[in-house]
Amino acid sequence: MTDLAHIRNFSIVAHIDHGKSTLADRLIQSTNTVSEREMKEQLLDAMDIERERGITIKANTVRIEYIAQDGDTYVLNLIDTPGHVDFAYEVSRSMRAVEGSLLVVDSTQGVEAQTLANVYQAIDADHEIVPVLNKIDLPASEPERVKEQIEDVIGIDASEAMLVSAKSGIGIAETLEAIIKRLPAPKGDRNAPLKAMLVDSWYDPYLGVVVLVRIMDGVLKKGDQIKMMQTDAKYQVDRIGVFRPAMQNVTELGPGEIGFLTAQIKQVRDTKVGDTITTEKKGCEKPLPGFKPSIPVVFCGLFPVDSAEFEDLRDAIEKLALNDASFSYEMETSAALGFGFRCGFLGLLHLEVIRDRIEREYDIELITTAPSVIYHVYMRDGSKIDLHNPADMPDMTHVDHIEEPRIKATIMVPDEYLGDVLKLCQDRRGIQMDLTYVGGRAMAVYDLPLNEVVFDFYDRLKSVTKGYASFDYQLEGYREDNLVKMQILVNDEPVDALSMMVHRDRAEMRGRAMCEKLKDLIPRHMFKIPIQAAIGGKVIARETLAALRKDVTAKCYGGDATRKRKLLDKQKAGKKKMRQFGKVDIPQEAFISALKMDN
Amino acid sequence: MTEDWEAGGFGIYIHWPFCAAKCPYCDFNSHVSRQIDEDRWRRAYLNEIDRHAAETPGRVVRSIFFGGGTPSLMDPATVAAILDRIRMRWPQANDLEVTLEANPGSVESGRFRDYFGAGVSRVSMGVQALNDRDLQRLGRIHSVDEALRAFDIARSVFDRVSFDLIYARQDQTPEDWRAELGRALDLAVDHLSLYQLTIEDGTAFGDRYRIGKLRGLPDEDSAAAMYDITQEVTTNAGFPIYEVSNHARPGAESRHNTLYWRYGDYVGIGPGAHGRLTLNGKRFATEAIRMPNGWLDAVDQGSGDAGRSVLTTEDQATEFMLMGLRLVDGVDMRRYQDLAGRPVSPQAIGSLQDLGMVEVEANILRVTDRGRLVLNSVIATLLE
Repeated sequence: MTDLAHIRNFSIVAHIDHGKSTLADRLIQSTNTVSEREMKEQLLDAMDIERERGITIKANTVRIEYIAQDGDTYVLNLIDTPGHVDFAYEVSRSMRAVEGSLLVVDSTQGVEAQTLANVYQAIDADHEIVPVLNKIDLPASEPERVKEQIEDVIGIDASEAMLVSAKSGIGIAETLEAIIKRLPAPKGDRNAPLKAMLVDSWYDPYLGVVVLVRIMDGVLKKGDQIKMMQTDAKYQVDRIGVFRPAMQNVTELGPGEIGFLTAQIKQVRDTKVGDTITTEKKGCEKPLPGFKPSIPVVFCGLFPVDSAEFEDLRDAIEKLALNDASFSYEMETSAALGFGFRCGFLGLLHLEVIRDRIEREYDIELITTAPSVIYHVYMRDGSKIDLHNPADMPDMTHVDHIEEPRIKATIMVPDEYLGDVLKLCQDRRGIQMDLTYVGGRAMAVYDLPLNEVVFDFYDRLKSVTKGYASFDYQLEGYREDNLVKMQILVNDEPVDALSMMVHRDRAEMRGRAMCEKLKDLIPRHMFKIPIQAAIGGKVIARETLAALRKDVTAKCYGGDATRKRKLLDKQKAGKKKMRQFGKVDIPQEAFISALKMDN
Repeated sequence: MTEDWEAGGFGIYIHWPFCAAKCPYCDFNSHVSRQIDEDRWRRAYLNEIDRHAAETPGRVVRSIFFGGGTPSLMDPATVAAILDRIRMRWPQANDLEVTLEANPGSVESGRFRDYFGAGVSRVSMGVQALNDRDLQRLGRIHSVDEALRAFDIARSVFDRVSFDLIYARQDQTPEDWRAELGRALDLAVDHLSLYQLTIEDGTAFGDRYRIGKLRGLPDEDSAAAMYDITQEVTTNAGFPIYEVSNHARPGAESRHNTLYWRYGDYVGIGPGAHGRLTLNGKRFATEAIRMPNGWLDAVDQGSGDAGRSVLTTEDQATEFMLMGLRLVDGVDMRRYQDLAGRPVSPQAIGSLQDLGMVEVEANILRVTDRGRLVLNSVIATLLE
C-alpha cells in the first residue's frame, strides 16, 4: 500500500500516430519497470490488430515506480485508453479513474479532431492536463505554432508544454518530474467502506475474467466478499494485484490505487464497465455517478462463406462475446446467405475489429452485409419498431413515419481539401453547423445522418483528402426523414442481403449505382440476367447482364484428361465462393462491393 | 464382362519433346535442344513399348499418334523402328490409323515419303495462319509459301492430311477470319483443326498478357462471332464440326483423338505423356516424367513413369463427360450411370434443355451448337 501523496494516476490523450504508445514505452523503460530483455516495442498494445492498426482497443494499464528528484519513490499508474470514438464510453470511464492527463500532440502536425474529442473527455473529468509536444527533433517540428493552436482550439495553457521526442528519449526525465509536480495526488478515505470503479475487464484463459479496478475509498483485500452494485452479482475475491506490466499479486489495494482482481467470474458480460464494486457487507451506500450500459449503434450480418462453418462461427462469436460485452449478436437467416448472425457494434471500427478477429484468430471467411443503423419506425397504429435490419421493414402502408439517427461530425482538414470535404458532406445529406479556421486548417462541423456515414464515409474522406483529414463524431439523436426500403432484384428475385434503407431523394442514384456495380460483379451466366432496384413494387433502376457468349477450352493436350478435371475442380471451387440465388451465382464480395459509393 | 474403356478402344501416343523453336502460345511439353542422341531416344521408346505391352497383352491397337514437340524432326528410321516394335508387341486393327504431327517446313516435307514408307498413314500439319505477319507474331518459323509447298508434298504422299489453324488472333476481325478460312478450305483434303487462340499461363503470351502487352485480342463477343462463322463456312464446304475444334469430311474424323473423346484406353510414351490404362479391373492415370533427360535416365532404370494413380469411378465418370461432350455425337448416359452409380442429374439436364444448351435422344446426351460455345459452363452445371 502506498500513501495517497505518493500516487499519481494519469492517462495519455493523443491522436493516432502522434506517439502515445512510444511515449508510454519510454516512461516504462526509463524507470526500469521492465528489463531491456522484456521490452517490446509498444508494450501496451497487446493484440495483433492493435499493433497493426496502431490503435488501442482495450484499456491497458501499467504501474511504474519512480524515484523522483526529491528522493521519494512515487507510484505512477498509467491507463492507456482507447483512442477511437467507437470506444468513447470506455474512454470516459478510464478518464474518471485517473486525475490527470498528458496531452500528446505531434509538433509537426498539430491538433486533430480525435485529440479534441479525447481532451474534452479529460476536461470533463476535471483532469489536470500537461501538454506534451512530441517529435520535437524532426525538422518539420513547429512547437510555437502548435502551442498557439493548443491554446486557441482547446483553450488550455500551453506555455509550459513539455518538449519531447519519445523516439529519441528527449524530455522523458522532465516529463516524469512534471507528472509528480503538476498532476494532483488522488483523494480517498482508507477507513470508509470499499468503493471501487470497474474500469475494464477481459477474459484470461487461465484466470477467468480479470477486472481492472480503481479504488476510490476503503481497502480491497484478497478473500473479500464483493458486490457489483449495478448487477447485484456477488463474488469472492481470489486474487488481487497490479500490472508492472506483467501481473504481480499484492495483498491489498488502498485508496488511489489501480490494480486488478479475479473472483471466479465466468463471463465478461457479468462485469459492466463503469459499475461500482463494494463489499457485500457494510458496503458503500451510493454508487459512483455516471454509469450507463454501452449500446450498439451499427448492425450488420456476418455469414460464413462456407455454410459448413456456421457452428465454428457461432463458437467464435460466443468466445469473442465473452471478452467484449459491448457487442451483441443473434442468429439470422438470409435466403441468399443462409445461416449467420446479426451483430451490433459500438461503431464501424469496432465492427471491423471483430470481423478481422473472427477471420484471423478463428480462420473463418466471412461475408459481411451492409452495415445498418437502428431506425425508429412509427406505425399508424401508434406502435414503434426499432428496425435493425432492412429485411424486417414492415409494409409501408402501415408505416406512419420513420426516424433515423443523426450525428455531429467534426472534421479537421488542410485548407486545400476543404472543398472536397464539404462536397462529400453535402452529398451525404449533411447540414453544415460550423466552419472555422485554425492555423491553416479548417474545422467543419456537420449534422449528418449516421446511415450515410456507417458504410464508407471514412474511406471516402481519407481518399479525397489524401489522408490529411481527421474525423470524429458523436450521436445527436433521432430525426424524421423521407426514408424508404430499396430492394435489389437479381433475375426477378429479391436478394434480401442487398436490401437497404435510403433517403427517397437518393434512391434513384443509389439504385442505379448498385445495379451498375452488380452488373460488373456478377459473372456472365448462360442466360441474360436483369438486375433491378425497386421501392415497393416500383422499379427505379435497371441493368441487364448479357448472357455468356463463349466459355470453352479450345484444345486439350493429348490425352491429358487430368488437366481438364483439375480445371473443372477449379471452376467448382470458384463457384463455391459464390452464393446461389435462384439460378444465379453471386460472388460473396458483391454483397459489400455493390454498396460502395463513388461519391 | 465388358470394361468401360472398350467403348472407346485402345491406342498409343508417342511424344517427341523437341522443337526447332518454342512458340509463344504453346504450353505443351516441348524443348529446344541442339544435342539429341537419337539412338538413345530410339532405344528408350522401344523399351517403354515393351514395358507397356507386357501389361496390356492382346489389346488391339486402333490408332498410333506421334505428337510433340515436333515429331517431324525425328529420323524416319526412328519412326519405323517404333512402328515395327508396336506391330511386334500388339495386334492391330485392319484400319489402323498412324498420324504424325508435322511442321510445314521444307526440311520436314523432304521426309514425308520416308515416313509413309515407315507406316505413317496420316499427317497433321501445324500451318496455324495463312498470312506471314501473323505467322511471325505466332513465333512460327515457316512462311505461308513454305507451308503451301509442304502441304502439296503431303497431299501427294498421304491420302489423309489434316492441318491446324489458330484463330481469334491479335487484330483479327471476324471478316478477316471468314476470308482466311475460305482459302484454307480450298486447300483442305479431309480434316481441319481450327483452334481459338488460348492464352495459357507459363507461356510467353501468358507473360505478355499479364502485364498488358498482348494487345488487339478479340473480345468475347467477337471470338464468339468467329466461332459461329467457322461453323457456317465449314458446313457449307462439307467439313462439318465433329468436335469443339475439329472438322472433317464425314468418315475422315481423327480416329486417335476420337479415342480420347470416347474415353478409351491409351498408352502414353515419351516425356510428359499421359495415359489411361485399365489393368486388373482398375483404371489408372499414368504420366511420364516431363524433362527429356530425366525421362531417358528413368527409362534406363526400367520405367519412364512419373506416377500412376488409380482413378475412382467418380473421377472416371467426370472425365468421360468432360471428354465425351466435346463430340457432336454426345455421350451415352448409361456409361455415366454405370461409372458414377447414379444418372446424370435430371434437374440439370432439364434446366439446360430449357436454355437450349443440350438435347436428349434415347440415352444420348448431346450439346447443341449454342451450348458447345459455353461447354465449360454446361459441364459444370451437369456435374454440379
